[in-house]
Amino acid sequence: MAHDAQAAALSPLQQVVHDFSADKNAFPVPWGKAMMWIFLLSDTFIFTCFLTAYMNVRMSTMETWPFPSEVFALHMFGRDIPLILIAIMTFVLITSSGTMALAVNYGYRRDKRRTVMLLVATAALGATFVGMQAFEWTKLIMEGVRPWENPWGAPQFGSAFFMITGFHGCHVTAGVIYLLVTAKRVGSGFYDKRGTYETVEVAGLYWHFVDLVWVFIFAFFYLW
Amino acid sequence: MTDHAKEGQQHPLTIYLWIWLLLFVLSTFSYLVDYYHLQGYLRWSLIILFMLLKAGFIVAIFMHMAWERLALKFAILLPPLALLVLIGFMAIEGDYTFLTRGAAFLR
Repeated sequence: MAHDAQAAALSPLQQVVHDFSADKNAFPVPWGKAMMWIFLLSDTFIFTCFLTAYMNVRMSTMETWPFPSEVFALHMFGRDIPLILIAIMTFVLITSSGTMALAVNYGYRRDKRRTVMLLVATAALGATFVGMQAFEWTKLIMEGVRPWENPWGAPQFGSAFFMITGFHGCHVTAGVIYLLVTAKRVGSGFYDKRGTYETVEVAGLYWHFVDLVWVFIFAFFYLW
Repeated sequence: MTDHAKEGQQHPLTIYLWIWLLLFVLSTFSYLVDYYHLQGYLRWSLIILFMLLKAGFIVAIFMHMAWERLALKFAILLPPLALLVLIGFMAIEGDYTFLTRGAAFLR
């Protein structure tokens, strides 16, 4: 414990300097990956707060909660199919997670052409998801859903819906831009010059997290 | 072997393809829970089961958490447990608000 004894002998201000200049690499992973994980941890807290607030208003309302299975049904092939749009959105997002995982893999193999193609495919699927979400919002707004009222029951439904899916949609949109920038940099050889393709994996962490959040939204908001 | 052979997280493609397929199957199952109008505790337990399995596979395999060092696993996976306290408190609070509203408005 010579190190601690040495630190204890310093004045408080010197201690601060000592601490901040000490070699304290807690996680032997690239700093970008550690920071992305810590950012995603903070995002986990944000989304959990939203979902917990939603749970709280849904438990405490005296009125019936609108039945998501019918609210999000689409009239296709001559009948109403429950929740079909949300199911398609879920599959689109899972597909994009798969292409992202492959993009990371091909990045490490230095297969630039496949990496760029898979990143662009992931971004395109993400854009498709946002487009379908815009369609869903438009449909609900036309049907009279507002953050303060809706035709089917508890008024809190609208505020929870717009808040949670809106925040998630913003994450997907940001992710699409992020992936396109990454794809451009892979294509231009930026990561070859830097000597590492770990940045593609870090972008992948963000994208998989967006999919992960959707898993919870799908379960608690749409299926519950 | 080139110098980047040991870089980052490199795993066989097949594991990603299997997990991808598994996520599709689990999503289909959770959709079928709604499609067949399962109700009550069966519905809720199946929804949570499929949700946790999907989340687990995404974090462990797609996000490579299974192969990360234990220090990083602890740092990222343990703090969210604090959220269980928030969820518990808000559930109690929600129940209380519901009962209070019932007592105040439904006489």
